[in-house]
Amino acid sequence: NPYAELVARLRAAWLSGKTRPMEYRVAQLEALGRFLDEKKQEILEATALDMGKPRFEAEFSEIILCKNELHETLNNLSHWMKDEHVYKNTATRLDSAFIRKDPYGVVLIIAPWNYPIHLFLVPLIGAIAAGNCVIVKPSEMTKNSEKLVAEVLPNYLDKDCFAVVTASVQETTRLLENKFDYIFYTGIPSVGRIIMTAAAKHLTPVTLELGGKNPCYVSDTCDVQNVAQRVAWGRFFNAGQTCIAPDYILCSVEMQEKLVVALSKVVNDFYGSNPRESPDFGRIVGDKQFQRLYALLCSGQVAIGGETDEAERYIAPTVLVDVLPSDPVMQEEIFGPILPIVTVANMDEAIDFINSRERPLVVYAFSSNSKVVNQVLERTSSGGFCGNDTLMHVTLTSLPFGGIGSSGLGKYHGKFTFDTFSHHRGCLHRNMGMEVFNALRYPPYTQQKLGMVRAASEVKRKGTCTLL
Amino acid sequence: MEKMQQVVGRARAAFNSGRCRSLEFRLQQLKALERMVQEKEKEILAAIKADLHKCGHNAYSHELLGVLGELALAMDKLPSWAAPQPVKKNLLTMRDEAYICPEPLGVVLIIGAWNYPFVLVMQPLIGAIAAGNAVVVKPSEISENTARLVADLLPQYLDRELYSVVTGGVPETTELLTQRFDHILYTGNSAVGKIVMAAAAKHLTPVTLELGGKSPCYIDKDCDLAVACRRITWGKYMNCGQTCIAPDYILCDPSIQSKVVENIKAALQEFYGEDVKSSPDYERIINKRHFKRIVGLLEGQKIAHGGQTDEASCFIAPTILTDVSPESKVMEEEIFGPVLPILTVKSVDEAIEFINRREKPLALYVFSNNKKLIRQVISETSSGGVTANDVFMHALVPDLPFGGVGNSGMGAYHGKHSFETFSHRRACLIKDLKMEVVNKLRYPPSSQKKVDW
Repeated sequence: NPYAELVARLRAAWLSGKTRPMEYRVAQLEALGRFLDEKKQEILEATALDMGKPRFEAEFSEIILCKNELHETLNNLSHWMKDEHVYKNTATRLDSAFIRKDPYGVVLIIAPWNYPIHLFLVPLIGAIAAGNCVIVKPSEMTKNSEKLVAEVLPNYLDKDCFAVVTASVQETTRLLENKFDYIFYTGIPSVGRIIMTAAAKHLTPVTLELGGKNPCYVSDTCDVQNVAQRVAWGRFFNAGQTCIAPDYILCSVEMQEKLVVALSKVVNDFYGSNPRESPDFGRIVGDKQFQRLYALLCSGQVAIGGETDEAERYIAPTVLVDVLPSDPVMQEEIFGPILPIVTVANMDEAIDFINSRERPLVVYAFSSNSKVVNQVLERTSSGGFCGNDTLMHVTLTSLPFGGIGSSGLGKYHGKFTFDTFSHHRGCLHRNMGMEVFNALRYPPYTQQKLGMVRAASEVKRKGTCTLL
Repeated sequence: MEKMQQVVGRARAAFNSGRCRSLEFRLQQLKALERMVQEKEKEILAAIKADLHKCGHNAYSHELLGVLGELALAMDKLPSWAAPQPVKKNLLTMRDEAYICPEPLGVVLIIGAWNYPFVLVMQPLIGAIAAGNAVVVKPSEISENTARLVADLLPQYLDRELYSVVTGGVPETTELLTQRFDHILYTGNSAVGKIVMAAAAKHLTPVTLELGGKSPCYIDKDCDLAVACRRITWGKYMNCGQTCIAPDYILCDPSIQSKVVENIKAALQEFYGEDVKSSPDYERIINKRHFKRIVGLLEGQKIAHGGQTDEASCFIAPTILTDVSPESKVMEEEIFGPVLPILTVKSVDEAIEFINRREKPLALYVFSNNKKLIRQVISETSSGGVTANDVFMHALVPDLPFGGVGNSGMGAYHGKHSFETFSHRRACLIKDLKMEVVNKLRYPPSSQKKVDW
C-alpha cells in the first residue's frame, strides 16, 4: 500500500506521546494562525484561480471564519482538555469520577473543493487541539488550493505528526485501506457510504458532513425585500456551491410573484445589470459540474438570469418559477446559482413536502410571524435550522454543525470539533480502603444481603445506582 | 423477508404519527417499563437463571437493579434532558435566539447480547424511549429464555407499534440489518461489530458499538494485595467470567505473582466455599460451543488453581494460570470465561508498553497505593473506561459515558449519555426579519472597507 509507510510513521510519532502536551498543541495551532496570516494572499489567489471566488467571499469564509475557530480553540483549550468531574452516587462518594478527553491517535481529514481551505482547516484545528496526529487530504478538484496546502502547510506544522496527501479517487481508495483512528469526511452521501464502509473494516469511527436539498419556506407574512436579500445572499454566495445554501423555495403562488420582483432587484443591487462583470460573483468549479447545472436549467421557467458561458464556467444568478417536484432541478442537490421556486398552498403542504424527502442539512423558514417559524421548526427534521436568514447559524461556534440521515452523521465547530476528535473515557479512581462497604456485593449471598440491597435501591427515586 | 420490512415500516409509521414526541407519552412508557420489571420480577429472574444458571440475588443485582436505577434517573431527568439549551451568542446574533434542540432520531435498532441478556436490551431501550424514538429490539437468541420473555412482555406493557421485538438468529438479524434505521446500538463482539457497521454504512446510519477486548489489570507491588485480589476475584468470576468488562488478564511483577495467586484462592474460598460446583452463587458457561472454546485455551498452560470442568453442565471451575506467555492462545482472544492468566512484567513502563502494543480494550484496571503511578497508567494508555483500585465500578457511575474505543467499540451510553446517543442535537438560530441594516455589511458589492470592518 503506497501510504502504509506514511501512516506507520505518523503512528510511531503518535505512540511517542509528542502531541499530548498542551504546549505542543498550542504551538501547532499558533502555527496554523501564522499560515492564515502569512499566506492570506496566496489563499485568495488560489481560490480565485480555482473557481473565481470573489475576494470578499474568500476572505470571509476561508480566512475570517477559520481564524474565529482558531481563536475560540486557543482561548478555551486548557478548559476543554481538563478532566470533567461528574456527580457520584452513594457507592462512589469518596472516589474520584471523571471523564478524561483522550486523543484517538492518527486521524484522517478528507476535504471537498467548495471551501478548499476552510473545510480541512476547521476540522484540523479540532484534531490538533484534541492531541491527534493528522493526515489531510485536500480536494484534487481545486488544483491551485491543493498545491498550496500540499507545498506550504507542512512547513508550518511538525512534519513528524502532520502530513498532507494529494490523491486522486483511486489513490484515496488505497489510502482508506489503512487503519485510522478517526475519519472526518466532508462531501456527498454516495461517497460518504464508501468511506463508512471502508471505516467499518477497521472499526474506525467517522464524522460525515454531507448534504441534501435544503428547503426554504417563505410564508405570506413577511418583508419580501428583506427575505429576497437574505435568500439571494445565501443562494448565490460562492456561485451556489455551498452545502448549506437554500436549495429551493416553497411558497404560495402570490408570494412567488412578489419574490421574483424582489429577487430581481436584489440581484441587480448585488451584482449589477450584468453579473458576469461583477467581481463579487463566482464561477463553477469544473466543466463536469457546469454541464450538470446547465442541464437543470430546463426545469420550470427562467424568471431571472439563465445566461451561461461555458468557457468561463459562468452561470448567471438564476431563479426558476413554476417548478414541479418531478423536474430535474428537484431531483438532486443543486450546488449552483439556480434557485427554483415550487409553489404550495400553505404551510402545512410545505411541511409535508419537506417531510416526504430526505432530511436535509438545514431547513430555512421565513416569516414575520414567529408561530410560523416555530411550526416549521417543530414539525420538520434537519441537521440545523435557521429562521429568517440563511447560512448564519454556522458562524456561531457555540452551535453544533452537522447533518442527520443522508445529510450526515456527527457534528463539529467550536468545542464540538474538539469533542469529535477525542475519546471521552469514563474513569473512576477508587479508594483501596473502605473495603467493608463492598461486603454487600460479595458472595456468598444471603437473603439478608439481598434485602439490604433492595431496600437501598427502593429509596432511590432521585435516581442513581446504589450499593452493589 | 417481508416480515422485517413490515415491522420496521410499522415502527416508522408510528413514529411519524408524532405521538412519541410528547414528554408525557415517553414518561408513561417508561413508567410502564418500570411496572413490568416490578410485576414480572419472578419471571425475569427465572429466565436469566435458565439461560446462565444465575442465582436470584446475582440476577437481581446484575440486571434488574441497574434497570430500575436507569428508569428512575430517566423519568426524573427527562424534562431537563429534552429541554432546548440556549448557547452563547456573538455580536452579530446578539438579538437572536440561538439554541440546541434535542430531537428524536426516528426508528432505532437495539441488538442485545447473551451475557447480561436483560439489562443489555433494557438499558439502551430506556434511553431510546426517553429520547422519543420508535424502537426495534433484537435480543440475543443464545440467551433464548430471556429473549422469549422479552418478546412476550414488552408488547404487554408498551405501545406495540412503536416498540417491537424481533427474535431469531443470524439470518433474521442479517435481514433486519438490510432495513433502514436512524441509529443502531449493537452489543457484542468486534467481528460482528464490523458487519453491523458495514450494513449501517449503506444507509448512512450512525452506530454505537459496544464491543470487547482483553481488559488488562495491572497490580503494582505497592498495594494492599488482599483487598485488590478480592475485588479482582469478584469481577473476574462474576457471571462465570462472561462480562465484557471483566479483568481479562493480570500483569504484575514476578515477585508478587505467587502472593497474587494465594490471595485470589483465598477470596474464591470466601466466595464459593470448598466445592465451587455446589455453590448456588457460581454460574455456568452459556453453551457447549463457548465451553469448548474456553477449555481449549487451557491447553499447555500452567494451572496454578482450578482447571476442573464438566461438559454436561458447562461447568468450568475458577481457574488461574501463571507465567503465561504473551504469544499463547489464551492471550490472543477475549477469554470471556473463568480463566485468569497472569503475565509478569518488571515495571509499570513495561506493563504500559505491553498494553499499548495491543488493541485498545473496553476497560483498564490498575491497583496501586501510588496515586502518581495510577495517573501515569491512565495518561499513557487508551481504553474505553478505567477503574483504579477496583473493577467494573466506572460502569456503575451513571454520569460516566460507557463505551469502547478502537477495537472495543465506538459511541457510549448509560444515563444521560443514552439520551444523547439516541437524540439529534439540532442547531437552531432564529433571527428577526427586521434590522436588515446590520446585514448590509455582508452583501455585495463588496469593498475593502467592508472586509476590514
